[in-house]
Amino acid sequence: MMHFLLLFSRQGKLRLQKWFTPVPEREKKKIVRDMTTMVLGRKPRSCNFLHWKDLKIVYKKYASLYFCCGLDAEENELLALEVLHRYVELLDKYFGNVCELDIIFNFEKAYFILDEFLLGGEVQETSKQVLSRSIEASDMLQETMEEYMSKPAF
Amino acid sequence: MPAPIRLRELIRTIRTARTQAEEREMIQKECAAIRSSFREEDNTYRCRNVAKLLYMHMLGYPAHFGQLECLKLIASQKFTDKRIGYLGAMLLLDERQDVHLLMTNCIKNDLNHSTQYVQGLALCTLGCMGSSEMCRDLAGEVEKLLKTSNSYLRKKAALCAVHVIRKVPELMEMFLPATKNLLSEKNHGVLHTSVVLLTEMCERSPDMLLHFRKLVPQLVRILKNLIMSGYSPEHDVSGISDPFLQVRILRLLRILGRSDDDSSEAMNDILAQVATNTETSKNVGNAILYETVLTIMDIKSESGLRVLAINILGRFLLNNDKNIRYVALTSLLKTVQTDHNAVQRHRSTIVDCLKDLDVSIKRRAMELSFALVNGNNIRGMMKELLYFLDSCDPEFKADCASGVFLAAEKYAPSKRWHIDTIMRVLTTAGSYVRDDSVPNLIQLITNSVEMHAYTVQRLYKALLDDISQQPLVQVSSWCIGEYGDLLVSGQCEEEEPIQVTEDEVLDVLEGLLVSNLSTPVTRGYSLTAIMKLSTRFSSVNRIKKVVSIYGSSIDVELQQRAVEYNALFKKYDHMRPALLERMPIMEKTASNGPTEIVQTNGETEPSVPDTKHPPLVTQPANQANDLLDLLGGNDVVPVIQTTLPTKPASAGGELLDLLGDLSLSGGPAPAPSVPVSQPPFLLDGLSSQPLFNDISAAIPPMTAYSKNGLKIEFTFERANPNPNIAVITIHATNTTEDDMTEFVFQAAVPKTFQLQLLSPSSNIVPALNHGSVTQVIRVLNPQKQQLRMRVKLTYTHKGSPVQDLAEVNNFPPQSWQ
Repeated sequence: MMHFLLLFSRQGKLRLQKWFTPVPEREKKKIVRDMTTMVLGRKPRSCNFLHWKDLKIVYKKYASLYFCCGLDAEENELLALEVLHRYVELLDKYFGNVCELDIIFNFEKAYFILDEFLLGGEVQETSKQVLSRSIEASDMLQETMEEYMSKPAF
Repeated sequence: MPAPIRLRELIRTIRTARTQAEEREMIQKECAAIRSSFREEDNTYRCRNVAKLLYMHMLGYPAHFGQLECLKLIASQKFTDKRIGYLGAMLLLDERQDVHLLMTNCIKNDLNHSTQYVQGLALCTLGCMGSSEMCRDLAGEVEKLLKTSNSYLRKKAALCAVHVIRKVPELMEMFLPATKNLLSEKNHGVLHTSVVLLTEMCERSPDMLLHFRKLVPQLVRILKNLIMSGYSPEHDVSGISDPFLQVRILRLLRILGRSDDDSSEAMNDILAQVATNTETSKNVGNAILYETVLTIMDIKSESGLRVLAINILGRFLLNNDKNIRYVALTSLLKTVQTDHNAVQRHRSTIVDCLKDLDVSIKRRAMELSFALVNGNNIRGMMKELLYFLDSCDPEFKADCASGVFLAAEKYAPSKRWHIDTIMRVLTTAGSYVRDDSVPNLIQLITNSVEMHAYTVQRLYKALLDDISQQPLVQVSSWCIGEYGDLLVSGQCEEEEPIQVTEDEVLDVLEGLLVSNLSTPVTRGYSLTAIMKLSTRFSSVNRIKKVVSIYGSSIDVELQQRAVEYNALFKKYDHMRPALLERMPIMEKTASNGPTEIVQTNGETEPSVPDTKHPPLVTQPANQANDLLDLLGGNDVVPVIQTTLPTKPASAGGELLDLLGDLSLSGGPAPAPSVPVSQPPFLLDGLSSQPLFNDISAAIPPMTAYSKNGLKIEFTFERANPNPNIAVITIHATNTTEDDMTEFVFQAAVPKTFQLQLLSPSSNIVPALNHGSVTQVIRVLNPQKQQLRMRVKLTYTHKGSPVQDLAEVNNFPPQSWQ
C-alpha cells in the first residue's frame, strides 16, 4: 500500500499531503522535510526510486511540481510511476492543462479527485472516464444543493 | 459582522506576503477572525472558514481549533459542508485525536445515506483513517455495502474492508461470505479492489489462502481476457488494457502459487504468455513484465519459465531507462541466491552497471557484483571492483572495501594475490577502510609466513609514498616492527629486493611519530614497532633514545608505552628478546569476545563430581588471539609465553575444576589435577608488581575465611587495561601454635566467570602470624555479575591432614561492578 503522497514545489513548498497511516503531527513535518530534501537533492537524470527507512520512495517531476509517494517494500515501483501519472492525467482532465497554480487555488478539488482515485493507499478505480464522471456528479450535487449556479460555494 | 473573506481571496492575499513574518501576521489575523466566527456558531460560513483553515494548515500553521467544526460540518445536511467536513476530518482528525471517535455516529448515518456520493465520502474517510474502535463499530455496515450491486459503492466498500482488516485482523472472517462472487463482476473498479481485498486476506491467513486457491483458474481467465481482448478505451494505457488490474492479479497469483505445485502448474501458461506478449516500449509494459518476473521466481515454476524470467531481467539491464535498470538489479539481487548460474550469465552486463552515472544503480550493481564473485571469476571481478573502488563516491568506499576483503578472503587464488589486493585497497581507499580491518589484516599477514619479506617491502614502499591513510600506516608500522630484519637484509624473493638501511627504516618510523597526519593510535603502533626493532636491528642506542624521549610525551598512551619500554631496557633487559620475539601464527576467531581464554570455570555445585576431566593442554596458538581479544584487538603487543609444569590429570572425583599452577612442593601425594595453561596477560611473568597496575584503592579488603586459626584475607586490585579482570591477592595467616604445612588453596567460580590462580609464595603458613602465604587470583567477569567463590583448603596441621570447603559471598560490590 501507499503510505503517503506529497506534492511540493521546486522551493520545497507543500501543495498537497495525503497520509494513509496515522502519523503524529511532528512526525509528518519531519517526513515532509526529509522527502523534500532527498528528492530536491537528486541529480536531474537519476532514477526515480529511493530507499528511505523501510519504504520505497517513488517520485516524479511534472513541470514545477514534484509528486512523491512512499510505498511498502513489496510494491511495484514501475507501477507506482503509472499511478502518479494517472493522477496527473486526472487533474489535467479536470482543470484543463493543469498547472501548479490550479492546485494551489483549488487544493480541495485536488483532494476530492485523489479521494476518488485512491482509498486506504490502494487504487480504487482504473477507468479515467468513470472517475471523471463521479467527480462531475459530486460537483453537481454541490452546486444544486447550494443553489448557486455560477458562484463558487465558498 | 461582515462576511468572512473567500478562500481564494485569502490564498491570493497570503501569496503576496514578501516575508515569513508578513505571512505569519496575515495568518494570525485571519485565524482570529475565523475563531470568532466559530464562536458565533455561524452555519452559513462555517464551510468557508474550515476550508481556509485547511489551507493555512497546509502552510504549516496550527489548526486544531477547527477539529470540532469539522465534526459539525460532517453532521450538516448540505453536501458541500460534508465534503469539506470529511476532508478536514481526514487532515486534522486522525485516530490520535480525542474527538476522533465522535465521528463514528455521523459516519454510520452517512453510510446509510440515500445519496451514493455521501455514502462514498463516509466510506472513503473510514477507509483512510478509521481507528480500530471505529472499524469494529462499523464493520457490519461495510460488510453490507460489500454485497451491494452498486459498483460505485462496492469498490469503495472492498478497500474499506481492507483497511478494517489491517486495523482489526480478527474481523477478517466476517467478510468471507461477501467475497463469494466478487470476481464475477464485470466492473474493473470492483474487480481491482476485490483482488486487493483477496490479496490482503490471503497474506494474513493461511486458512484463507487455502480457501482461495480454488480461484486460480478464474484469475487466470480474467488475466487472459485482459491480454487477448481488443482495444478498450476505458482502460487502455498505451495499448495495454488495464495494467493496474493485470499487476494486481499477477501479485495475487504469486501468493496463491507459492509453495503449491498444482496452482503453479495452472498459471504456467498465462505467465509465459504475459512474459512474451507484453509490449515493452513503454514503462507500463515493463511494469507488468516486472511483476510477472517476480511471480515466476516466487512460485514453483518450471525451469524453462525461470530462465525466461532471468533473461527478461537481463534485457532490462540493457534498457535505456534507468528505472528499469534499477529494478532489474534489485530483482537479480533477490534471485542470485536461488538461481545463481542463470544470473552469472549476465555478469558482464551487471559489471558494466558499475560505471553507470546513477548512484542508486551503482550501489545495486556493487551489491550484486559481490554476490556473484566465486572461485572462477575472482581475478576478473576483482579487477573491476578495484577499479570501481578507485573511482566511486566516498559513500561507497567503506562498503566496497569491506566487500573486497571478504571476497578476497574467501576466494583468493594465491597468498601473493591476496596481499596485493589488500595493498591495493589500502592505498586507494585507505581512509575509508573499517576499523576492524586492521587487526584482520595483521592476522592474515602473520599467517602468510612465506610472504613476510615481500609484504614488508611493499608496505615500506607504500609508506614512503603516503603516510596519510591511517589503516595503511598502522599495518605497515606493525609489519616493519615485526619483519624489519627481513626488510633490511634484502631477502625478498617475489620481487626485486630494495636496499634500505636500518637508519632509513627508523627515520620513517620516527617520521610517523612526529607527523601531524598520524592519529594517536598510529603513533602507538610506530613506537611499538620501533621498540620491536631493538631486537632485530643493531642500532639499539638510537632506539633507546627515541623511547626515552617519549617517556615525557603529553599523550598518556604514548607516555605509558615509552616508560614501560624504558623499563625494559633498564631493569628487564634480559627479558627483552623473549618479549619482543616474532609473533606466532594466530588462529582465526569468529568473535571479539574473550572466548578462547583457555581456562575452565568452577562448577557451582561441587557435590557433583566431574568424572570426565579432560586435561587441558597449553595452546600457544591461542595466546596471541586471546591477547587481541582481551585488549580489544587494536594493538598487538608481543606476548611472553611463561611455561609452567603441566600436571597430570587426576583420575576424577575432583570436586572443583581448577586452573592455575599450584606448585606443590614436597608432597608425593598426587596433586589435584591442575591442567595448566597460562593465558598471556600482558607482561605477566615479570612480577606481580605490574607496571600498569592501576590500584583502585577504593576496594576494601575482606576476610574470606577464618576458621580453626586459619585466616584468609582478600585484597583487590583492578588489572589494567581490562577492567573486567579483578586481581585478588589472598593472604593466609595462622594464629595457632603450629605451622600449617602443605597448604593448598583452591578456588572455583560460577560459569560466567573465568579464574586463574598464580603461584603461591609458599605452602607453609607459619604459626602465630609469623608470616603469610600470598597467592594471586585473577577473575574475569565480563558480564559484571556478582562475584561468588567456593574455596577449598587443604593443609597438614599437627601431623594430620585438614580439609575444608567454604563459600565466599561477601565480596565488596566494587570488586565486580
